[in-house]
Amino acid sequence: MAEMVAQGEMPDILFWVGCAGSFDDRAKKITKAIVKILNKCDVKFAVLGTEESCTGDPAKRAGNEFVYQMQAIANIEVLNAYEIKKIVTACPHCFNIIKNEYPGLGGNYEVVHHSQYIQSLINDGKLTLQDGGVYKGRKITFHDPCYLGRGNDVYDAPRELIERLDAELVEMKRCKSKGLCCGAGGAQMFKEAEKGDKEINDERTEDVVETKAEIVATGCPFCMTMMTDGVKTANKEGAIEVLDVAELIANAADL
Amino acid sequence: MISILIFIVLTVIGFGFFGWNVSKVRANILLGRDLDRTDRKAERWKVMTLVALGQKKMFARPIPAILHLMLYAAFVITQIELIEIIVDGVTGNHRTFFAALGGFYTFMLSFIEILSILAFIATFMFLARRNLLKVPRLVKSELNGWPKLDANLILIAEITLICFIFMMNGADEVLYNQGQSHLAGEGSLGLAMSSWIGPMLFGNMSLDTLHIIERIGWWGHILMVFGFLNFLPYSKHFHILLAFPNTWYSNLNPKGQFNNIDSVTAEIKLMMDPNADPYAAPATDEVPQRFGAKDVTDLTWKSLLDAYTCTECGRCTDVCPANTTGKLLSPRKIMMDTRDRLVEYADGKRKNGKDYDDGKSLNGDYVTAEEIWACTSCNACVDACPVNIDPLTIIVDLRRFLVMEESKMPSELAGMNTNIENNGAPWQFSPADRLNWKDE
Repeated sequence: MAEMVAQGEMPDILFWVGCAGSFDDRAKKITKAIVKILNKCDVKFAVLGTEESCTGDPAKRAGNEFVYQMQAIANIEVLNAYEIKKIVTACPHCFNIIKNEYPGLGGNYEVVHHSQYIQSLINDGKLTLQDGGVYKGRKITFHDPCYLGRGNDVYDAPRELIERLDAELVEMKRCKSKGLCCGAGGAQMFKEAEKGDKEINDERTEDVVETKAEIVATGCPFCMTMMTDGVKTANKEGAIEVLDVAELIANAADL
Repeated sequence: MISILIFIVLTVIGFGFFGWNVSKVRANILLGRDLDRTDRKAERWKVMTLVALGQKKMFARPIPAILHLMLYAAFVITQIELIEIIVDGVTGNHRTFFAALGGFYTFMLSFIEILSILAFIATFMFLARRNLLKVPRLVKSELNGWPKLDANLILIAEITLICFIFMMNGADEVLYNQGQSHLAGEGSLGLAMSSWIGPMLFGNMSLDTLHIIERIGWWGHILMVFGFLNFLPYSKHFHILLAFPNTWYSNLNPKGQFNNIDSVTAEIKLMMDPNADPYAAPATDEVPQRFGAKDVTDLTWKSLLDAYTCTECGRCTDVCPANTTGKLLSPRKIMMDTRDRLVEYADGKRKNGKDYDDGKSLNGDYVTAEEIWACTSCNACVDACPVNIDPLTIIVDLRRFLVMEESKMPSELAGMNTNIENNGAPWQFSPADRLNWKDE
């Protein structure tokens, strides 16, 4: 972003990578898939790079409003200084907090989740997928991230992307507004689960197995971790692949 | 004449005591913190109409939805008959509207009778679901004791009420057949159910017995209604009234959005303001508001209204990922705890004076840290509630108190917060490495 401004240019969108997308090895692959798609479509985008910082979401959900607001106010200062108008995020938690909670602290931007943005690229004809791509006819199910689905009522965009793949979209018994959480939200990602008789991601993996899908798609780096672990625990690593919708699209477009 | 007097006294007591209890509940709810929920009025009316009146969210589970609809429809429609009972009671007339309304009267009462039969069936099914089939969400541990009894009492009261209706109408039908009803004339009242239930049950009885049964039905009905009305404020069954305001005051923002605590914003802005005088006296003498919720009065009034509205159906707990996987958290218990604590808190103050402190609080004595930390904030409970109750807001307020006032949290989360403060990420990575993915 800084480089772009130095050259006197302004990006059309800011890609908010997020902490997971920046540091988590698995989530970095999602980040790269999104970048490939953006480059392919000649989208003029920027990332904040080292100027990006945690949105404060896990702190806020864990009850620490101070840490959250310190992060938020600092981030808003950076975003406002660059006069950012539109933000694309690869994380529903970043998406939710920037879209819904930053405005109250002076940060007003148009915020979209990457599944919505990729959908708009396809709808605008900027990205075309060949018929009969790698996922043609394959059974794919979609796990709704809570902060994308119930949190913000985005259910269709990721599903429409899967349908573009010529794949067979199968739904789990608990889906959309009734979808079961992966177990990572509310800062659970960063702590051990409380005492119980089962892990939530294992329960969710059973839903996936029941659909007989070969691929479980998601749109959240934390769901990615939880579902990958769940599939591993269920010894289904060979049979079920966990992929982000951006990765599906990037693979199908042969990027 | 004496019966008119008794009726009027009972009616005044019945409504008066209810009014007194409602004003108490209202005062309790207003102990909560301020929150403005009066914007977007058109949308609010729409939500109330769909969710409370139309029971839209009930239909996510069709079987209980249909049974509930049968009971609900009968309950609403029967209120029309109640108008006549009250008019009759005050004037001493018998079936005041019979002559005036003619065929419409027969139609209305027949409609009520058919719905009452459906409600009768539904009530038995509900009793069976609770006590025989033991539907999992209806037998969870938080329902042991009073909540279970409360639920069964209401169902039994409903059955009794319906029995009284048919005693009243059935016996009167037989009397009218013989020209002996207090209603002038002879023939059939033409009521859909009573015209055959009456002769079947009461056909061979003497006139005296019939008159007694008819009166038992009439007085039984109205006494049940007053009893029921005054039971409501002490019962989970209060939802039949509170569902309406509770849905009107629904949260209309995206469910993922949590409120920003304004006092925190003010402090951070002050910290960041180079011109701020750190020794300046605070602008007001007000005691600063506590961060998060220690007790019920730290919650917003909407959370307290939520608690009174909860009818303990357990749809929230049934979909809670934490509860489903055996954790201690149950969103329904959060709502029940909030209401129970609010009643205890408010009653304590009323009895022992404003400064009374029983040394207890919602956070800790009712809801434990283990419950609070099991929540994934997934909003499934909020989505599932048929009357738009929001347990998540309470859970988050309880968390905020633990973290910001008491620094009590799982150690991993303390570490996470430190990482965010120092590294700008919940993990221990250097912010300088944030763009490394680009070249990997």
